[in-house]
Amino acid sequence: MSAGVSEPDRNGLVGRFLARGSLPLQMLAVAAVALALSSVMDWAWDWPKEWVIPIKLWISDFFRWLDKEATLGLFTVKQLTRTLSWVLKQPLIWTEQLLWKGAKPYEFLPVMWIAISLAVGIVASRLRGQNFAMIVVAVLLGVVVIDSLPFILLSLTKALKIAPWMEAQAFTGISQIPADMLDAVMTSKKLKHIPWIAVVLGFGVFGHWVGGWRLAGAVVLSMSYLAVTGLWRESMKTFSLVAVAVPFSALLGLSLGVWVTRSKRAAKIITPIFDLMQATPHLAYLVPVVVMFGAGQVPALIATVIFAMPPMARCTILAIQTVPSDIVESGRMSGCTERQLLWKVILPSSQKTLLLGLNQVIMQTLAMVVIASLVGAQGLGHKLLFSLQQLKLGFATMQGMAIVLMAVVLDRLTQAYANRASVHEHHEAAGFVQRHIHIIVFFAILAVSIIASFYLRDVSILPRKHLLVDNRDALELDKVIKAVTFFLIDYIRPPRDFITVYMLIPMRDLYHSMPWSLIVGVIAVVGYRLGGWTLAALTTGLMLFVILAAGNWEFASTTFYFVSSALVFCVAIGVPIGILSARSERVAKAVMFMCDLLQTFPSFIYLLPAIMLFRVGELAIIFAIIPYASVPAIRYTYLGLKRIPAVTIEAATANGCTSFQRLWKVELPVALPEVMLGVNQTIMMALAMTAITALIGGQDLGQEIYRALPTSDAGRGVMAGLGIASLGIIADRLIGAWAAKRKEALGIS
Amino acid sequence: MQRQIQITCRNIWKVFGPNPEEFMERHNGKPSPEAFKAEGYIGAVQDVSFDVYTGEILIIMGLSGSGKSTIIRCITRLNDPTSGEMDYEGKDLLKATPQELIELRRHKMGMVFQNFGLLPHRDVLSNVAFPLEVQGIDLATRNARAQEMVDLVGLGGRESYFPRELSGGQQQRVGIARSLAVEPDIWFLDEPFSALDPLIRAEMQDEFIRLQQMLKKTIVFITHDFEEATKLADRIGIMKDGRMVQLDTAEELVLNPADDYVAEFARNAPRERIVSVGAIMEDLNGTAGSAEHALDAKAKIGEVAERVLNSSVPLPVAGEDGAIIGMLSRERITKALFGKQDQ
Repeated sequence: MSAGVSEPDRNGLVGRFLARGSLPLQMLAVAAVALALSSVMDWAWDWPKEWVIPIKLWISDFFRWLDKEATLGLFTVKQLTRTLSWVLKQPLIWTEQLLWKGAKPYEFLPVMWIAISLAVGIVASRLRGQNFAMIVVAVLLGVVVIDSLPFILLSLTKALKIAPWMEAQAFTGISQIPADMLDAVMTSKKLKHIPWIAVVLGFGVFGHWVGGWRLAGAVVLSMSYLAVTGLWRESMKTFSLVAVAVPFSALLGLSLGVWVTRSKRAAKIITPIFDLMQATPHLAYLVPVVVMFGAGQVPALIATVIFAMPPMARCTILAIQTVPSDIVESGRMSGCTERQLLWKVILPSSQKTLLLGLNQVIMQTLAMVVIASLVGAQGLGHKLLFSLQQLKLGFATMQGMAIVLMAVVLDRLTQAYANRASVHEHHEAAGFVQRHIHIIVFFAILAVSIIASFYLRDVSILPRKHLLVDNRDALELDKVIKAVTFFLIDYIRPPRDFITVYMLIPMRDLYHSMPWSLIVGVIAVVGYRLGGWTLAALTTGLMLFVILAAGNWEFASTTFYFVSSALVFCVAIGVPIGILSARSERVAKAVMFMCDLLQTFPSFIYLLPAIMLFRVGELAIIFAIIPYASVPAIRYTYLGLKRIPAVTIEAATANGCTSFQRLWKVELPVALPEVMLGVNQTIMMALAMTAITALIGGQDLGQEIYRALPTSDAGRGVMAGLGIASLGIIADRLIGAWAAKRKEALGIS
Repeated sequence: MQRQIQITCRNIWKVFGPNPEEFMERHNGKPSPEAFKAEGYIGAVQDVSFDVYTGEILIIMGLSGSGKSTIIRCITRLNDPTSGEMDYEGKDLLKATPQELIELRRHKMGMVFQNFGLLPHRDVLSNVAFPLEVQGIDLATRNARAQEMVDLVGLGGRESYFPRELSGGQQQRVGIARSLAVEPDIWFLDEPFSALDPLIRAEMQDEFIRLQQMLKKTIVFITHDFEEATKLADRIGIMKDGRMVQLDTAEELVLNPADDYVAEFARNAPRERIVSVGAIMEDLNGTAGSAEHALDAKAKIGEVAERVLNSSVPLPVAGEDGAIIGMLSRERITKALFGKQDQ
């Protein structure tokens, strides 16, 4: 924010006070003025109704116009969105057929053809180089596209409702001939999906390839859980969405990232949009998508692709910018064209960063796919939502467990793959089979299990009576959980009531009774002192136009109340744990493992323990936020303390500090900027979580988004989402500016 | 001796800042040091002119920030100079289109980098073959050629190693092999041995001399190490604050430094290996010595010091044709070897 610091006006009493007075004093002064003002004038206390600008209506009208009337010359926006849906739908159909639906033999043909083309392409690239391989693949895929052109056109026209009288028939083309033959052989019987055993062992083989036997074992066990608890089909529904969304997200992110590094203008436009997107909670993406695309699998897919894209773009930008200049220059001097430089030099030599980006995309995708059950995405999230709404906690626990295991498996596999990428083995002596052992084993497993599945149903999917854990067990678990919470309630109730009555309610009342002018005034003066007029204008501008003018003040102050209450707990828990970890390596190892794990879980999961212990209500909301948002407080405290130069600590010890004095007088003050950055991240995560806790109540911005969903009220949802994003950005910029100033003062950067 | 010029640089400027072109224009193409300071611009290269002769080793040296790395990047057009003229074999290098530049780099230029600049995801052979690959040469041909280069730099048997598995010296051998794979006419080396340990550095310098004796390339070599420069160079250019202070043979730099800065560099130079007998001998003054025990005028003084110091009378010096052209006394050689330290 250093760019925006302007020289304060030194003339006049106010100017001098602003420039030199102490910050707390200034805040008090502003608060006093605001209070005095608002006790005289009503408008300074409550934002007057007539000042509310109908932004929500405008946005809703805009989306309605986009949906109903907008045209782009040759075609309407509606047709464009329908085409987009159709394009995304095709790979989803194929993936679903493969993983859980099964299909008629000929329906598998497009996927088979694509798989064969890619396999031929790989062989061709080994034999004759990449360019040749690309031509081969293009020709093979071109054949199938031209071949199935009538089908594609028919299906598309149907999707666009251009000619509703035409009936899209099943896949027709030259390739119909072998399909007919196959049909004749198999009497048109529906083929099953890939057997669960093949999927589980396939994951295991991949795990062995990237991380050895231990990872393979853990992966197989975790994935087996999905099968033996009867959640296989739901898991594969979720996984299909992930599998289709990830490539789109990753490619989109990669291209945008490359574009940003290529064009200064693109960087200027896109970077702030990414900032905004990353501060906007999951739920807010769903509302406009539902308005434009309706509810269902494909809209969920679209929202997911958009939501999960920014981390990939960011990692791409980082990857490209951190390639050592020697490598880029050596590429140029080798005579690379710009394209060769990008594809052969820059991207491959930064593949580790790119793969970590991919990891983030996968985790975000899974989190979003689970939440997208609110707009009709099928799978585990849908089941979990249903169980939660019915308070079937036994089922919810089993389903939540499945989501957690899936997240952990995907995370560990991609992380291991990213780390593996920089380690290559010598393979002079190894033969073809040895070099390709994993892929050979995988195809062997696939073939054997598919053949076996014709004779043994259990190979394909476990029937209900063969499950290790079934509905009866879930009901038992439900009883156990209820008994435990019933037993616990006597112990929970007193502290719960105490916290609610003496801490939460007074805090809430305080926030609700504060005049808006007070808050805005304080934010303005803090912003001005930390970052000059630019920062003050940004923060107050966001408050005034995104929250106050949209009429969201009430909701925002409730959100603020949830976040600040949770923050108290997060800091009270997180900072001491961080300090403890910094003191002992053994503690640190365990704590960091827990942090990694907690960050892997999709945020939706955190509702589960909150509901178990507190049912619904404000304390449940705050309790759901705490484990999710404490992680950065712990991590940054630990890192901040660890990064203190050894000399500083030695000097403190040499000066005769006791261990506690050293911590209190030396380590914490030096680490404070880092700790505050952790607090900043905690706020951001808490804000994201408040959008999800809308499911268990609250009258906050998250609830506004949630309410906007069923009514497809775009303006309401978008403005509430932007409101949460604004709160996040205000906190982020203020704390960031403070930490930067403090670090500069301490001489660390 | 008339030598062929391969590269000509005239009045090269490279200015960093918000709007270098406008800044240069405002100061009539020759901004003063004060102007740079006042407006916050940095003159990385200022008004540098020199020629590179075919087949010579030209070493450009200076401390970090002196502009030596920038000038080599201007010649290779990794950085475009702000103003000036540059000819390569008579063609205007600054007017080369991107396509021509790529062709030039693919066939005429090779470059070695301080931190090697190897591609971490490719093994040794594939790194060396990379410049051939981007030209579109087929796999078998380029691998055969790369294998030759790998053998040439003594890395045979390590073709399938990845860069991170090699020591610094070995990595730089890969860098050298890669830069030679396209058989360039002119070879740029940007502090190629600076990232290496002293022992390895000496070994690599010898390796470099061996390669150059076989290949006889035109070489522009950047270093901050004066000893390295004197060991390898035909001519040395010394840069300071973006300007070329002096460009001459090592002997001239030692005996006739243009200013204190150059003298400071030359002070700790191994004079006995740089200065030749002919450069410090006295005139004959009528006395004629016998040609029998005459010193060779081209010999470095280190080689003859013992004989001169053991002789009470000055020894005669013989020119190329064997005729006596001067003489060298004990006092004179002592002064040449140690003289400067007395000042």
